[in-house]
Amino acid sequence: MENVQPLVSVVDLHKSFDDTPILKGVSFAIEEGDLVSVIGPSGCGKSTMLRCLNGLETLDSGCIKAAGASISRQPGTPLDRSFEKNAHALRQKVGMVFQQFNLFPHRTLLENTMLAPMTVRGVPREEAEKNGRRLLEKVGLGNHTDRYPANLSGGQQQRAAIARALAMQPQVMLYDEPTSALDPELVDEVLHVMKALDAEGMTQIVVTHEMRFARDASDYIIYMEGGHIIEISDEDEIFENPKDERTRRFLKRFMS
Amino acid sequence: MTLLRLIFVFLACLVPLAAQEERAVLRWAAATDSNAPYAFYGPGNRLQGFEFEVIQAIAAEMGRTPEFVPNDWDGLIPGLARGLYDCVICGIEMTADKSAEVTFSNPYYTTFEQLVLPRGSESVDSLDALAGKSIGTLSQTAAFHMLEKTPGIVVKTYDEEFNAFADIEHGRLDGVLLDYPIAKFYASGNPNLMFNTTPFGSVTYGIAMVKGNTSLATAINDALAKVIASGKMRDILSRWGLWTPTVAEAFNQPVEPSCEPTEFEAFIAAGAEKPGLLERLWGYTRFWPLLLKASILTIEVSILGMLGAVLLGFALAILRVYGPPPLQWLSTLYIELIRGTPLLIQLLILFYGLPNIGIKLEPFVAGVLGLALNYAAYEAENYRAGLLAIPKGQMEAARALGMTQRQGLFHVVIPQSFRLVLPPVTNDFISLLKDSSLVSMVTLVDLTGAYKQIATQTFDYFGAGLLVAALYLIIGLPFVRLARFTEDQLNPLSKHVFGKPKTPRGGPAS
Repeated sequence: MENVQPLVSVVDLHKSFDDTPILKGVSFAIEEGDLVSVIGPSGCGKSTMLRCLNGLETLDSGCIKAAGASISRQPGTPLDRSFEKNAHALRQKVGMVFQQFNLFPHRTLLENTMLAPMTVRGVPREEAEKNGRRLLEKVGLGNHTDRYPANLSGGQQQRAAIARALAMQPQVMLYDEPTSALDPELVDEVLHVMKALDAEGMTQIVVTHEMRFARDASDYIIYMEGGHIIEISDEDEIFENPKDERTRRFLKRFMS
Repeated sequence: MTLLRLIFVFLACLVPLAAQEERAVLRWAAATDSNAPYAFYGPGNRLQGFEFEVIQAIAAEMGRTPEFVPNDWDGLIPGLARGLYDCVICGIEMTADKSAEVTFSNPYYTTFEQLVLPRGSESVDSLDALAGKSIGTLSQTAAFHMLEKTPGIVVKTYDEEFNAFADIEHGRLDGVLLDYPIAKFYASGNPNLMFNTTPFGSVTYGIAMVKGNTSLATAINDALAKVIASGKMRDILSRWGLWTPTVAEAFNQPVEPSCEPTEFEAFIAAGAEKPGLLERLWGYTRFWPLLLKASILTIEVSILGMLGAVLLGFALAILRVYGPPPLQWLSTLYIELIRGTPLLIQLLILFYGLPNIGIKLEPFVAGVLGLALNYAAYEAENYRAGLLAIPKGQMEAARALGMTQRQGLFHVVIPQSFRLVLPPVTNDFISLLKDSSLVSMVTLVDLTGAYKQIATQTFDYFGAGLLVAALYLIIGLPFVRLARFTEDQLNPLSKHVFGKPKTPRGGPAS
């Protein structure tokens, strides 16, 4: 890695649910403009790691920094009020896209993109609307601004969810299995949007089962298993010549 | 709780303050559902009866203007203590028990208990002979206590004497024991019933005043003595057919009535008319003003009650789901406490119980507050279910977009749960509308209060019941329609969404 200050850094992240450890000391760093895919078997902790990155889950211990905001916790110390405060600041910098889209069903697509800027940032309505239309246009939904999520396909909803997250002008975008809930023929339209964002220089972390996308679009790939990062490697390297036996086994199932 | 106080102040502003007490007025109360020949609403919804005339005569002697304050029978004595009126004249028997609660005037009428039996029965000399039989009477009367003390009698209590006598004819009762005036007015003209020849016990009626008000008692007693001595009392009782040897002896007056029992005859004549269905329906038109006023009161009480319930219930639900633990616990306690106790008891405590600790609520305020406090518990549970039904992902998405929990709640979760809770809340409003009938227990003349008045005047319990039931139905219908309309409007999949056409501007969903 070059000697550049990373945009996102995670140091010795631990997280457990009801005494079941999920993350057992995860560390990595990502530079601005990178698109990183996180792959690994179900239950390896990749989604939990992503949710921690956005402060949606509390930490047991460790430190997360992103675009100047940070949350951290010393092992064994109680959670205090400042944690949620810091997490709230972190979320201002980090956008998130969910597997199930989680669009607001009582609002049109345009209103979905306008709500957070107006309530959180106090952006004037006209400006929020202008920005919302621009972003929906960008993800190919310029004709659907006044429609409600329930009237759209999964691919359209996920693209709208990306536009909604972009409306808060995040410096990092997180994707939690963004295409897993989609019909196969709708996957590409979402991946296409993410590739376009990559081309613009957006920093993106994608938890995915989409190996073709991981290989084609990622700058590099993080392979996780059992709460640990097993391998961080160049996208071609990891597919053609995995260093670790566990990575090899996992990829074999996908690549056969 | 600030919200509660706000609601209270809001409601308090809606009703005029109680009229200031004036020296020249004698405020007297009787039960609006009490019957002939005491004080009752006769033809044209006009108050009449021998007690009505007696209190007019007494007030005239005292130089005061009588002012009638209607109340429910069960609320008459508590109302005295609340200071709603100066005295009660409503066939209250001067028993030792009652004397402990109130100060009585001298008797204004003396009579006995009359046993009424099915035609063709054998007269009995003693109540003991009725062992094993079902005997009806009004609850908490001297007759009731006499029957209770007689072993073996199955005592059935009624709220309306008319229904007691009807039940002899229906075969549900073997007899009815009631004060002579009631029996004379409700049973003497009925060919299917007969009077027992032996009278039982002795009953004296007195005017009740708040305990210890001796100056008013003296003034009323002086006036009553003049009304009796002048022969006015004999005239009144004679016209009502109630001038009996017992009364004459007690008042030391001539035994013969001073005139024909014109009022009694008019009452019997009115009852003997059997109007057809159409005439009966036409007859109800004279109650139109009463029913209109009563309907408006029912609507007012229901809407304000629901408004309070929705606001308080909303606060309770938010506290229970999102509040800190002590508030969660308090909210749960409130909900369980209110849901676990009957609305009627809550209303009675609000109206008759709170004055004991110095809080006197106007009847209207007590009625609205009672409904609001009670339904808030049910609304809170509706909202809680609504809040919990919104997928977790919605709050997560809101937080991921940088919103605080409060912003997520008000902009994302609550607007969505609103549509979910609308149907159960409408249901609750419809049942609140019907439960508002209980406010007739705190002296309000709502539709149910009107039903009591109409039924006791016409003795047409069936017709009056159907009429009032129909009015409740008619009042409820628009709200059901409104809710359905709103629900439809709020549904993102409905034809028209927030007034915007659904026609997609783009191509079909891929």
